This record gives sequence, C-alpha cells and structure tokens, in this order.
Amino acid sequence: MSTVQTSMPVQAAAAGEPSLWSRLRANRNWAALWFMLPAAAFLILFLAYPLGLGIWMSFTDERIGRGGIFIGLENYQWLWDDAIFWLSVFNTLLYTLIASVIKFAIGLYLALLLNRHMPFKAMIRSIVLIPFIVPTVLSAIAFWWIYDAQFSIISWSLIKLGVIDHNINFLGDSTWARASVIFANVWRGVPFVAITLLAGLQTVSPSLYEAATLDGATNWQRFRYITYPLLTPIIAVVMTFSVLFTFTDFQLIWALTRGGPVNATHLMATLSYQRGIISGRLGEGAAIATAMIPFLLAAIAISWFGMQRRKWQQGSNND
Amino acid sequence: MASVQISDVRKSFGGFEVLHGVTVPIEDGAFVVLVGPSGCGKSTLLRMLAGLENITSGTISIGNRVVNNVQPKERDIAMVFQNYALYPHMTVAQNMGFSLKLRNANQQDISARVKKAAEILALTPLLERYPRQLSGGQRQRVAMGRAIVRDPQVFLFDEPLSNLDAKLRVAMRTEIKELHQRLKTTTVYVTHDQIEAMTMADKIVVMHDGIVEQMGSPLDLYDKPDNQFVAGFIGSPAMNFLNGHLKSNGQVYVETEDGAKLPLATAPTASDGKPVVYGIRPEHLELASDGIEAEVVVVEPTGSETQIVSRIGKQDIIAVFRERHEVKPGERIHLRPRASSAHLFDKDTGRRL
Repeated sequence: MSTVQTSMPVQAAAAGEPSLWSRLRANRNWAALWFMLPAAAFLILFLAYPLGLGIWMSFTDERIGRGGIFIGLENYQWLWDDAIFWLSVFNTLLYTLIASVIKFAIGLYLALLLNRHMPFKAMIRSIVLIPFIVPTVLSAIAFWWIYDAQFSIISWSLIKLGVIDHNINFLGDSTWARASVIFANVWRGVPFVAITLLAGLQTVSPSLYEAATLDGATNWQRFRYITYPLLTPIIAVVMTFSVLFTFTDFQLIWALTRGGPVNATHLMATLSYQRGIISGRLGEGAAIATAMIPFLLAAIAISWFGMQRRKWQQGSNND
Repeated sequence: MASVQISDVRKSFGGFEVLHGVTVPIEDGAFVVLVGPSGCGKSTLLRMLAGLENITSGTISIGNRVVNNVQPKERDIAMVFQNYALYPHMTVAQNMGFSLKLRNANQQDISARVKKAAEILALTPLLERYPRQLSGGQRQRVAMGRAIVRDPQVFLFDEPLSNLDAKLRVAMRTEIKELHQRLKTTTVYVTHDQIEAMTMADKIVVMHDGIVEQMGSPLDLYDKPDNQFVAGFIGSPAMNFLNGHLKSNGQVYVETEDGAKLPLATAPTASDGKPVVYGIRPEHLELASDGIEAEVVVVEPTGSETQIVSRIGKQDIIAVFRERHEVKPGERIHLRPRASSAHLFDKDTGRRL
C-alpha cells in the first residue's frame, strides 16, 4: 500500500508533462515526415535541382567545359531578336495544337468504339496500345523508312496505284515534313488518350445510359448530355498530359528530321538541345528551355481552372 | 394510364432460357408487384417491359399497342432504377426536366411541370442541388420526380428501396403507395422483399426460376398459397413445414415420423398414407396444455410479440405469440396448430392439396 502511494506522484508528473521525445514519438505527422523524406530527397535531387540549375544557367554564358558568369537577361535579349527561335516557338505551338486536337478526336472516337461490346474486345484493346509501348526511337526509325525519299512505302504504293508519278519528298519539303512529324506523333500519342478515356468511360454507370434512353435521348444526345459532361474531368487531365508531352517532344523530331528542313520542324526542345549541347552554348540552350516553362504553366492553368468550375463533383453532403 | 398485357413472354440469353412463358395481365391503374428470390427473372421481365431488353418470344402490350418492336422512348413509360441513375452533373431540377428538354418542350412548361412534381414530393427546396449533395431518401424522391414529370402511361420500379436503410425503406414504402393512390398511374414494381410486396401491391406476382408461381391479392396469397414455394415465400416469419403422412381413421390428421399428430379441418382429396407436407404459419400456433410436445430452443422477444423456436422430434418449428409467455430454452411446451389455418401440400410436387 505504501509503495503505491509513493510512486503515484512520480507517475502523475510523468503523465502531466511528457518529454519532447515521447511527444514526438506519438506524433503521426513527425512519423509521416520521415516516411516522406526519401521521396522528397529523390524529387529534390533529380527534379528540383536540375530545374533550378537550368534556370540559373540561362542567366549565365556558360559553355561546355567552361564555367559561366552571370550575364542577366542577355541570353533572352539575344533570343528575342533571333528569328530561328521564334520559328521554333511557332513550330512548337503548331505541332502541339494540331497533334493534340487530332489525338483527342481519334482517341475519343477509339475509346467510344472500344467501350462497345464486340468480339475479341480484349485483344483489340491491347493492339491499340502497341504504338505506346514501342520505344519512341524505334518507332521513329520505322517512320524514317516509311518517309524515306527513295524507298518510302507510301510513295511506292501511291505510284503503283497510279495516284502520283514521282516519290513524295516527305522529310525534305517543309510542309510535308511538318505533316509527317505530326502524323508520327499522333500515331504514338493516340493510344494513351484512347485507353485513358476508355477507363473514364467505364466509370460511367450503364444505368445512366438506360435512364437517358428511357428519357428519350438519341445516340448523339446520350453522348452530348451524359458521356461528354461526365468525361470532362478525365478529358482535362488526359489532354493536359498530352499537351505537355507534345510540347516538350524531342526524341521523335530528333530521330526523324533533326529540326530540318531549314528549321521547319525545329521545336523549342530540339533547338535547345542543338544550341546547348551540340554547339556547346549551355547558357543559351538553357534559356530556350526555360522559355518553355510559361507555356507549360499556361496549359496546366487552363485545365486546372477548367476542372475547378465543375461544382457537381465537389458538393459536400449537405449545403 | 393504361393496362399492360404480358403474354407468354420468353427470354433467352444465348441458349439459356431465363423466362419460360410468363403471362401477367395488369389492369389499368393497378399497383402490381413482381416478387421472387434473386435470379427468378423479375428484373429481366421489367426491363423487357421498359424496352431495355429484347423479347425473345411472346408479346407485351401497353394500352392496346404491342410494344415488342417499339423503341423505349416511344413506349411512354418511366422507370426508377435501383441505384436511382440520377445524372450527377445535373441539378435536381435539370434531372427532372431532362426528358422534357429532349422533347423540345419550352422552358416555361418544363419549369412548371418540374415545380409541380417537386411540390408533390417535397423537393422544392432542393431543386438547385446536385445529386451528391442529397441523402439516399432525397435521391430516391428525385428519381421518382423524374418519372412523375413525364406523366407516363406506366411507372416501372426496379427494387427502388434496396439501397436505403431499414427505417427509411418503411417510410418510402408508404410514400410510394400514397403517390400511387394520388396519381393512379399503372405501376409495375419489382422487389425481392415480400413485406414490400404485401404492403404495397394490389396484385402480387410471385416468380421463381423464370415462371409465375402464383398471382393474386396479397391476402389471397397469404391465405391460399397454390404451392409450397409461395407458402414459404409470403409471410414473415416463414411458414413452418412439417413432413408426415396423411392418416384418416375416423378423423383426418397428419402424422409425423416422430408420431406427432397434426390436426386438419377438412379432409383433402388424397389417399390414406400419402406423404405430405403440413404447413402452419407461426402466428397460427397456440400454447396449450394438450397439443404437440416440443422442446424450446430459442426465445426471441421483440416487444410487440415473442418468437419461440422449438423442436418437434427432429423438425424445427417457429411460433409467434402476441402474449408474453415465460418460457426458457430446454423447457417442454405444447403447441396446438389452428386446424382451419393449416395448409397441406403434396410432398412430391409441392402443390396444394
């Protein structure tokens, strides 16, 4: 009995004022911090640091093999008067706009098609994914042969069919070259859009279509009033990603045209590589790359605000 | 409003027939409940009536028009789905007015009709909300509102109360019945819950394995089930079935294997010694001093009544009493079946004798 009484004040003191260490040990946020640390370190090391370094580099005159000094906005002033830079900006916007619109249209069409009941559905769905899983450079090399000035299978077929009488200079003529790289990009990008939209379509409850059918909706009205509005959140996400990927495209262009003919297919990414790595003017290359950031932020902002407007998704339970 | 005639309707999925010739006449303005265990084909039948499934053979007419090849939207029916199927991106008002909008009704007409339906269902303060801002019962009412706005010939309900909690289900049951009494629109209602069927229907159609087992008014089905399936399906707690043989020496009765003698009021047209199933509802058993001896297994008081599960030989029997009896598990009691309320079924065919 006496031992209990003597030990009680000690326990009370411990319970009233736990040490900092024991408080931290019980704190879930403190534990969470440690769990997040590896991922955060990874992101900082491989994403934030290179990005910061790139932006810093764009304010210097660094070259390969020689450290640079801070020159302020000189790189940007130089680019402002550079016609080739502006051509690459125009090319990039054109490439992104046309390729994204076509990818969206074909992707949505394919998704709607694949969402129907049909024989060999699983097989067809996996075939659609093939362009997506082939490494970009491999498919670019295949396209390179398809577009070859001498051996193009397209030219050959059209000549055999009697549609044209000489080979098309796919990658040598500036209009043809732009169309060709856009086609190759669309071919590669459609599966991503189609499969993601298909996943979105499958979240729409079939009973909504049945209800709409009973309400008297035609096929088109079901798409217009049910499918499309319910799909908009997914469309926003998919198209944001699609635009970002297309805008920053490098591999396909570099393997097919290296920006030619006469810079007609030079995108900001390829120009940045050419100036920064090939020519060794790292500062200037970094400035071109940095100039892409506002465009990318704008694309993200548009989809962000687009998504925020949909009240029906965020309603609380009451009021 | 219109009558509905379902004549010898069959439905096959692939080579598998799920409905084997179902005939159900539905009078104008009636509230008909299709009830049965899951997989009995009741929902399929409703979907065929709505036009969401093809009719393999037989005919369905609404009014006097055969609708086998009529598009769902031309059938002039409205359906309430189990999961409500509200359009999540439309407000309550838009959900209710959607069918009118598709028919190019003018905006004033749409809002007038939506407003009227909302008043009937007490939805007026919720018209600008989105479905996910509503409770289950409110969503259910919006789904009904969507049907009312169209003023259809026939209402179809596909297990509309299954997603609600028990208390709300009882309240909505009353609401739906009241709505029908007010609008008097022909209604076909599908459920697996026999209590819903009993409480709401003018006519119950009991389905099982793709056939109609029996149809009739709720009390007909309760008092005179055609067969053992209907007898066991209608009523809660379910009817007791005791196996035995028919005996008639002077008076008729059924004797179980354990020698218990079960009384019958009238002599059935069956030979002596025939194996039969004796059916007696839990509420038609009385505690007596001289009845069949049974051993109490479980006592379940619910306040308003007491259920006593007891055992006669090897067969369990449930009895329900309005009075409170002080019995304990293991105790031996005597049960006396009310002979006039006993049912007798052929053991082989399950038919009523």
